Amino acid sequence: MAFTEAVGRTAIDQFAYVGQLARLTWRAAVAVVTGPRQGAGLRYRRALHQAMAVGVEAIPIISLITFFVGVILALQSAHELKRFGAMEFVPNAVALSLTRELGPLMTAIIVIGRSGSAFAAEIGTMKVSEEIDALETMALDPVQFLVAPKLVAMLIMMPCLTMWSDFMGIAGGAVFGILGAGFTISSYFRATLDALLKEDIITGLIKAFMFGMVITAVGCQEGLMTGLGSEQVGRSTTTAVVKSIFVVILVDLGFTALFYFTSPN
Amino acid sequence: MTPTPETQTQDRGSAISVRNLRVSYGEREILHGISFDVLPGETLVILGGSGSGKSTLLRTLVGLERPTSGEIWLGGKNMATITPKELDDLRKTIGMSFQGSALFGSMTVGENVSLPLKEHSPLDDSTIEIMVRLKLDQVGLAGYENYMPAQLSGGMKKRAAVARAMSMDPQILFFDEPSAGLDPIIAAGIDELILKLKKAFGMTCVVVTHELASAFLIGDRMILLDRGVIVANGTKDEIQVSQQPRVRQFLDRIPEPELKDELSYLQMLIGDDATARK
Repeated sequence: MAFTEAVGRTAIDQFAYVGQLARLTWRAAVAVVTGPRQGAGLRYRRALHQAMAVGVEAIPIISLITFFVGVILALQSAHELKRFGAMEFVPNAVALSLTRELGPLMTAIIVIGRSGSAFAAEIGTMKVSEEIDALETMALDPVQFLVAPKLVAMLIMMPCLTMWSDFMGIAGGAVFGILGAGFTISSYFRATLDALLKEDIITGLIKAFMFGMVITAVGCQEGLMTGLGSEQVGRSTTTAVVKSIFVVILVDLGFTALFYFTSPN
Repeated sequence: MTPTPETQTQDRGSAISVRNLRVSYGEREILHGISFDVLPGETLVILGGSGSGKSTLLRTLVGLERPTSGEIWLGGKNMATITPKELDDLRKTIGMSFQGSALFGSMTVGENVSLPLKEHSPLDDSTIEIMVRLKLDQVGLAGYENYMPAQLSGGMKKRAAVARAMSMDPQILFFDEPSAGLDPIIAAGIDELILKLKKAFGMTCVVVTHELASAFLIGDRMILLDRGVIVANGTKDEIQVSQQPRVRQFLDRIPEPELKDELSYLQMLIGDDATARK
């Protein structure tokens, strides 16, 4: 009885948490669309600043990691394909794995580590030092002031970063293809383009968009839920990272299943 | 001392009227039905020990906590029942200086002070810049526009927070522990600043503090909160000569009597202090 009760309570808590995330995202989206014109310039600048932090500053580390992931993918697929004499399919394996799955997922995990945690830490610190209360007493909505610019930045930058990740991963795969599988630069990229369908890239970008939404919602929600005391900020940051990764994987699973069952092929 | 008002509307002429205010955190009631008025242009000091509910009262007065029941009349509106939009409009007419200053660490002092103006006023940037300089000059921080809050001392942060609270020319200023954590000289400077602002702009001020020297210097009237109820409400002279036991204990800095045995301790835990201390 106690076990079923605990399972039931946990399930209710988790559904309530998902509800909180949805509500926060909705409020931020509404604030973006219907926010007052007064102070819009300030919010635009904040969104631009966030876009720089979330996107542009993440390019070096994302480039490096996805490049290596591309090389690893090429090596792993070549290991199996060599047995069947099908080395010409290495570009296909790399391109499809990256654009459909690993590009968005690796990008999301790096962004969670860099920005999701930063969102929770920033908002959590503001909560502890009464800055959120100060915003409210100045008749400023914390969701509009803090969450909305982050959401805009994330929704724009996640698909962009994912496209860049796809490109860098394919470039990594090409290095192996050229040095270890007998491809030329042009033949590798031609094979990649032949293998890729428009749907592969679009499904990856849809996932990236959804991941951006999830990372913002979890990071900001954890920040806003920070309790009293500075040690709570550390706890919120850790929780934001763990929960974001979990929710991103769930969303990934959901969308992969959706695309699988709705795909005409 | 003035009797505790019990009427259910805002007294004519009061800047703030609080009636039978109850505030709870979950099951725990912090304020047990308190009533008082703040007159325009006066400085009301809310005194009380730790855990007396004075910070909760201040947070409720600025709309950060919702009352469980009762009324808070401010600017002709009852804050307990107004819509979020009306609350925002009301908040544009008040200013709040927080205990820890609550300056935004990612913005300069000038940006902190200009934020409410940029968000709520139609003024252009150059006018806002002039107003920011004026506000900082009024609090003795002229020339500090481009400093980051982390570069300021504790007293300067408090002054910057006051400048930000004043940026929209509020009718009422709220201060949460303005001299907490400051050395006596800097604390005296903050007291002097509050007096100066009151004299210059005739502002109504509500100050929460447990610093007696500061309270008697800046306050026109005082209320003493004890465990969520008002035990004294009067002018500072009336409070000074009050023979109410809790007032005397607070003013004369008499420690709580030690509990004699385990039963007394348990009685105190369940809130039966009178029996516990006998």
